[in-house]
Amino acid sequence: MTRTEFWQGNTACAEGALAAGCNFFGGYPITPSTEVAEHMAAKLPKKNGVFIQMEDEIASMASIIGASWTGARAMTATSGPGFSLMMENIGFAAMTETPCVVVNVQRGGPSTGQPTMAAQGDMMQARFGSHGDYSIIALCPATVQEMYELTAKAFNLADTYRVPVFLMADEIVGHMREKIIIPDSVERVPRRELARGTLPFQAGEDLVPGFPQFGKGYGVHVTGLTHDERGYPAATNPKLHADLVQRLVDKIELAPDEMADYDIVNPDAEDVFIAYGAPVRTVQQVMHDRPGKEIGFLRIRTVWPFPEKALSLFKNARRFLVPEMNLGQMAREFERHTKVPVISIPKLGGELHTPDELVAVLEARR
Amino acid sequence: MSFDDWYRQDRLPHIYCAGCGNGTIINCTLAAVDQMGWKKEETVFVSGIGCSSRAPGYIVTDSLHTTHGRAIAFATGVKMANPELNVVVFTGDGDLAAIGGNHFIHGCRRNIDLTVVCMNNQIYGMTGGQGSPTTPKGCTSSTTPYGCTEIPFDLCELAIAAGANYVSRWTSYHVKELEKAAKAGLETKGFSFIEAMVQCPTAFGRRNKFRQVADHVEYLRAHSILKAKVDRMIEAGETVPENMFVVGELAKRNRPYLGAKMPVKTETKPGAKP
Repeated sequence: MTRTEFWQGNTACAEGALAAGCNFFGGYPITPSTEVAEHMAAKLPKKNGVFIQMEDEIASMASIIGASWTGARAMTATSGPGFSLMMENIGFAAMTETPCVVVNVQRGGPSTGQPTMAAQGDMMQARFGSHGDYSIIALCPATVQEMYELTAKAFNLADTYRVPVFLMADEIVGHMREKIIIPDSVERVPRRELARGTLPFQAGEDLVPGFPQFGKGYGVHVTGLTHDERGYPAATNPKLHADLVQRLVDKIELAPDEMADYDIVNPDAEDVFIAYGAPVRTVQQVMHDRPGKEIGFLRIRTVWPFPEKALSLFKNARRFLVPEMNLGQMAREFERHTKVPVISIPKLGGELHTPDELVAVLEARR
Repeated sequence: MSFDDWYRQDRLPHIYCAGCGNGTIINCTLAAVDQMGWKKEETVFVSGIGCSSRAPGYIVTDSLHTTHGRAIAFATGVKMANPELNVVVFTGDGDLAAIGGNHFIHGCRRNIDLTVVCMNNQIYGMTGGQGSPTTPKGCTSSTTPYGCTEIPFDLCELAIAAGANYVSRWTSYHVKELEKAAKAGLETKGFSFIEAMVQCPTAFGRRNKFRQVADHVEYLRAHSILKAKVDRMIEAGETVPENMFVVGELAKRNRPYLGAKMPVKTETKPGAKP
């Protein structure tokens, strides 16, 4: 039996993680994500899980990577300033192919910025924030329901692709309260164990090696240095480095269809909104106020890797309109994938676009 | 079994310079680990960045070679998620006391059940000999070409003040003492800190008038003063000479700690009929 609750987004995020079997949380308090940590602090000890408040976000990220190597489903939650500190070890997780989930309840930046106001200013940082080339997965919830569902899904993606997965929420979705339907259970995809006799970083056709969990006798060496398939440092071998980094990128970038998650409304429309996260809600209001088939809508949940194919499904599109709570970070990415004009509708300040603001752009462009 | 059985033979030769003291410290630590009777599959070595932090790569167990200064934070995650694992951290003075200082303090405060072995060569060896937080005043490094003007850290005093359950310091000269200290650290529940002063002929000795490796090791020996002797001198009102390393067991206590193993379940319940 499902049950209905009236929850805050951050609570739903924590509950989604628990439903997915998250058993380790390492975190540091930061507005507007703190409720995730508080909820985990209350719930995890009762489920034989571990909650630990670390000394900073660098250590939080380190602790979840350490926990993940013992087989834990590990998570942390933060916001912009903490996300910046985590970048060092996010790169380590990418290089060592450590499954982990990082929740970023975005607030206005740069720097301390607007701790209690929403933004989507970390979308590019999520993709490119750590040094070097690598790929990650990022999901964007627009409702409290999705805070629950996408957090649970993030763990499955992390374990399947052995990569850090980001839940790129924002202050609006994190602090908003609304109705949520809790399912009986959520799907759990187990981490594939390393086959005995296989080298620890030897990948098959899916480019994802099996996982040699600590404490199981694999005797695996895990290093952030460029390493060979045995896991041994080989930092001056040009071909080995190129092949390793290419694989880390390809395992994600060559599989966007498998993790694509988007909705398409009115695919024959000429004016098409594209949105992710909280601005989805304003677009929905505009569409509600103007029923019919005139306005198309591409609602994206998996933002990274970008679901390129989704754009081509709007055959008659004459313009893509992209409301974002930043200065057009993803609009530039969409532009790269289509010949159709992309019109960015940026908004800073911490508040959602109003429906009138979107309609004004829509009508001015017609 | 001996310490030799804990090495990955296929990773040799190692990267350490001729005359480096790190191998001595790793040998002593592994000898102590071996005496503990720990199983390889239940033991994890964690490290950060630097010469000392390359050690886990040469050891056959699961090992995690992490980012600069963060080893204790990673090790905290490993130990908390699976307290059944025995977790040992190898680190150096730059890794632990500079970039990793905060994690070190909080590891001690939490008194988490780890053993941290710091190879203190008083220099950044891997990057070619820059001054570190433990470079003695007046010593020359590539970033202190006119002599270091800063006051060095006393890492053991720091660990004691922050709450570690076991703290001892020895040098690469004192191999037997070091091995015993490492064993005592491994046996102690809670945070154990073992500081080993080591020679670094390539980056430190070369710039500081140690013509031979043996000269540097002799310097470490001659500048060591036993904790017991220091205590006696203080009691007698004598002045303890400066620039000496106080060696010996500096703290051993039983504060509450984090990362306890699950209690071993007994076969029969109390009162159960045989």
